[in-house]
Amino acid sequence: MNILVCITHVPDTTSRIAFTNDNTEFDKNGVQFIIGPYDDYALARAVELKEQHGGKITVLNVGEAESDPTIRKALAIGADEAVRVNAFPSDSFFVANQIAAVAKQGEYDLILMGRESIDFNGGMVHGMVGELLGLPSFSPVMQLDVDGSTAKITREIEGGKEKLEVNLPFVAGCQEPIAEWKIPNMRGIMSARTKPLNVVEPTDATVHSELSKYELPPAKGAVKMIDADNVEELVDLLKNEAKVI
Amino acid sequence: MSVLVFIELEEGKIKKSSREAISFAAAMGDTVAVALGTADADELASAGNNGASKVLHVADDRLNAGLIQPYAEVLAAAANESGAETIVTAKSSLADAVVGRVAAKLGAGLVSNVVGLPDTSNGFVVKRSIYTGKAFANTSITTDKKILAIKKNAIEVKTDGGSAAVEAFSVSLDDALFGAKITSTDKAEGDVLLPEADIVVSGGRGLKGPENWGMIEDLAKTLGAATGCSKPVSDMDWRPHHEHVGQTGVKVSPTLYVAVGISGAIQHLAGVNSSKYIVVINKDEEAPFFKAADYGIVGDAFEVVPKLNEALKKALA
Repeated sequence: MNILVCITHVPDTTSRIAFTNDNTEFDKNGVQFIIGPYDDYALARAVELKEQHGGKITVLNVGEAESDPTIRKALAIGADEAVRVNAFPSDSFFVANQIAAVAKQGEYDLILMGRESIDFNGGMVHGMVGELLGLPSFSPVMQLDVDGSTAKITREIEGGKEKLEVNLPFVAGCQEPIAEWKIPNMRGIMSARTKPLNVVEPTDATVHSELSKYELPPAKGAVKMIDADNVEELVDLLKNEAKVI
Repeated sequence: MSVLVFIELEEGKIKKSSREAISFAAAMGDTVAVALGTADADELASAGNNGASKVLHVADDRLNAGLIQPYAEVLAAAANESGAETIVTAKSSLADAVVGRVAAKLGAGLVSNVVGLPDTSNGFVVKRSIYTGKAFANTSITTDKKILAIKKNAIEVKTDGGSAAVEAFSVSLDDALFGAKITSTDKAEGDVLLPEADIVVSGGRGLKGPENWGMIEDLAKTLGAATGCSKPVSDMDWRPHHEHVGQTGVKVSPTLYVAVGISGAIQHLAGVNSSKYIVVINKDEEAPFFKAADYGIVGDAFEVVPKLNEALKKALA
């Protein structure tokens, strides 16, 4: 089975978010970058599917050279080869177009990615890629089992979940608990150094949006502590100060 | 300018978040909404109360389930039919999956997690929430056609007593679009939907086990709230995954979030930082969640929650 896993290179979930250059650029100072947590789930499931069915995993990132350590980590986790489209991923359509162009050059049974990136949280790229390739797309997928040319998937819906039977190939935006995150072992880390990482240039420069300025939310006021023996005070504050009940 | 809104139905009713989207669209221009699947005409006409002038109804019962490809086809057709330059939808897991396809079909610029009306004084700039609620980005859409997915609970529902004209709208949908077969749906009925809720009561590991969730449910019932949980709780299967609030779970933006026995890991806070007010109940006074809270009680949840529930019942009676 041939699987394409698309990953983002994003700030660690514990990062302090700040901006620089008159609030037009993300401040990378002291920030650790990781594989997007949702993409990491997709990759982990791809590794399990390869263990079950054999095949090859190609990992794809649209990003600049600073993504390379993140891509190497994906190779260490179990991808066989990697492609990086050498461009700043500024716009979801631009990214989807690059993914579709790479996908067209291979015969992939599955194109997996996270349900959304954790920087822009758009959650739109899987659908765009599906449409651009003329393939079905599903998200958020929390279970994925393959049997020959069909797959059983579970997707989350608001307030519950739904099981579907679908034909390969398709695009899926993944989330937990599709698999457990995998931590690369020493052998994986060693072999990742020599696995191919092909850098290609973008094929189409079309963008549909441009970022102008970032903003931070206003700082939160101090917490008001209430005595555990005086819950009536909390009720009063919720009713008369916050006016939320 | 005319705007098309995608209406999502929940148990036959227009979702609150769709009413938010209609209110948003009506502030931009003449609003036509589109509803898919079996629906009651009076319910659809009530979209007019939020500012829609017309509702296109595709009464094809194959669309009763939220199937991504046929939905995308219908939305694109409705955009062409109504001549709308902008499509507005509430952000939801279904809308996310659908509108990416619509954007690619129409060559429309798509921005998600929008929190306010576009600024059209110089182009078309919208403010959206990014970094899981930790920041905002002002984004300029450069295409003629545009799609905006509105963050839930970011826009106030407006009502003006109006009624929309409901028109049958038919779209020919190829069988190939229905390749995915839904084999089972597992969904709690009658509950307040967590992503839509005005009030959320969440429990964490401090509750010690799934058998203790009764008091969370009782408190939620008193407040008319949805119930949520932290990631460890859903990882341990104490509660279903669709209740997991946090960075990799549901991001909520209620007016009131009540956290019981949750320490407040940064990944949990990422899911709740858009809440208007946060109440934290935890026995550990050093719990980091208190720093993000508006009101805090240091105490044993097993004593505080039942007392709070009684006090609320009295106050709300």
